Amino acid sequence: MIRLEHVTKVFPDGTEAVKDLSLEISQGEFCVFLGPSGCGKTTSLKMINRLIPITRGKILIDGVDTQKRNVNELRRDVGYAIQSIGLFPHLTVAQNIATVPLLKRWPRDRQRKRAQELLDLVGMPPDTFMDRYPSELSGGQQQRVGVARCLGADPPILLMDEPFGAIDPITRHKLQEEFLKIQERLQKTIAFVTHDIDEAIKMGDTIALMKDGELVQYADPATLLAEPKDRFVRDFVGADRVLKGLRLLRARDVMRPPKLTLRVDETVERAIRLLDERRRSWIPAVEENGRFVGWIEREDLESASSLAEALTPAVSTAAPRTPLNEALSMMLGSATGSVAVLDDADLLVGLLSFGAIREVLAMDDESEDG
Amino acid sequence: MIQQAWQYMLDYPDKMLGWTWQHLQIVLIANAVAVVLGVLIGTWVSGKGREQIADGVIYAASILMTIPSLALFGILMGILYAMSLPSIGMLPVVIALTLYGLLPIIRNTHTALREVDPAMIEAGRGMGMSGLQLLLKVKMPLAVPVILAGLRQAMVMNIGIAAIGSYLGAGGLGQPIFRGLANYRKDLVLAGAIAVSVLAVVTDLVMASVERLVTPKGIRIGRRP
Repeated sequence: MIRLEHVTKVFPDGTEAVKDLSLEISQGEFCVFLGPSGCGKTTSLKMINRLIPITRGKILIDGVDTQKRNVNELRRDVGYAIQSIGLFPHLTVAQNIATVPLLKRWPRDRQRKRAQELLDLVGMPPDTFMDRYPSELSGGQQQRVGVARCLGADPPILLMDEPFGAIDPITRHKLQEEFLKIQERLQKTIAFVTHDIDEAIKMGDTIALMKDGELVQYADPATLLAEPKDRFVRDFVGADRVLKGLRLLRARDVMRPPKLTLRVDETVERAIRLLDERRRSWIPAVEENGRFVGWIEREDLESASSLAEALTPAVSTAAPRTPLNEALSMMLGSATGSVAVLDDADLLVGLLSFGAIREVLAMDDESEDG
Repeated sequence: MIQQAWQYMLDYPDKMLGWTWQHLQIVLIANAVAVVLGVLIGTWVSGKGREQIADGVIYAASILMTIPSLALFGILMGILYAMSLPSIGMLPVVIALTLYGLLPIIRNTHTALREVDPAMIEAGRGMGMSGLQLLLKVKMPLAVPVILAGLRQAMVMNIGIAAIGSYLGAGGLGQPIFRGLANYRKDLVLAGAIAVSVLAVVTDLVMASVERLVTPKGIRIGRRP
């Protein structure tokens, strides 16, 4: 748990970078410090591990005042990752990851074992990468190593300053997803700085939106989107906040169970009868064991001799954890206007339609009016 | 004429080797002291808040470099005499060469330590490295190749200046040169001059490979196109 109590930072030149900031990040919470550049978010982060000294107020970690601790020991117990990564070029990937374990004087084989585990965790095969040097890695791989390094000695708290900032959007997206999965497992207490509202919404359990050194709104992403406290928040969150809200929901939240399906080994006549009875123009097709194989469209059935022949394979399918904004774009690219939601075994567990998403958007509209 | 010089070298290999060894000794002792002092001074002045001291020290060291060697020898002789230390022979020459060697070493140490990527320093400090750990584990390994480049420069330069030191009776390859000049023996002058040049070139090559050896592998790889 991290607790900031009336924290103020005045730099020697008189700038008040952070003004009377109080907030609490509870155990296992992913808190994003968000705001335009110069709003004090990075300063706030760096005051937590005392890279920047506090002018007034105090910061407690698990109830202990950080000022009362040995500064280097404090930092070794708090993971730290930055945008520019700062990997040490003369050390191998394994040595880089084991920086804090080395400082903590872990035995050598334990350091190496830890580096191995962490490389596995961030999706880099240890056998390939352990003994490489940072200059032999791509930007995305370096970021992964940076994340692995901040987890080095398994600290309960992580401070991350735009750790996915310096990479291309596709890799960033992938790293964000992966890091969320890691966090689901590790349940670290995280303070994460970004200026990217999309990243904040995607990653944060809570968002601390800052402006000119002050905390403007501290809330979970849904609240921030639905009930922006003032004009600044509304503007910062953006005009498309309703659409942004979609990424907070997952396919499993709005999908409907597939009431009507056809097995591909059934006859064309039965399929035609079924579709005409229900006045549907398409129907999802599954195998005997329930695996989804594609769509059957009414008009294709006229000339088909078997359902397999009339089958249109799905261009894309969603998983229960797919964010709704992604599902929406899949929908726009699908001929049926629906997206099949499949579980890990490709079994059809639900269907997403425009209707369902429209309902969600309507709910958001109501909350905006209120 | 080169032939005569060559003949001289062949006739008196023991003398040539003796002078060369003396010469090398003077240069090695002086630069060993210079590298220790230079790295210490360079490291100290590159510390936080010492920017002005650094400028001053580097300025002073460059002024030292502009003093002609004969003049510096003279000044040192005076000082040593006043301190009742041996004012001729090896001592004043070694001191002078040490002073000359300081500038490239201090300057390179300072520059190399200053130019370590701030991201690395922030990462290191953020992970709980003390100032000393940061210096020894991060900054120094990255700075060593640059410091060695300074040492290499200092050594090659000092091999030339040491020849003049023979004037003060320090021995070395200046001896055949001065003796030849005094007696109008061109072969002697040339033999000394060629030996000094070869020594300088060989030292340069040796130091270049040492530099390559101490460059951390991760950085060597990074430099590859």
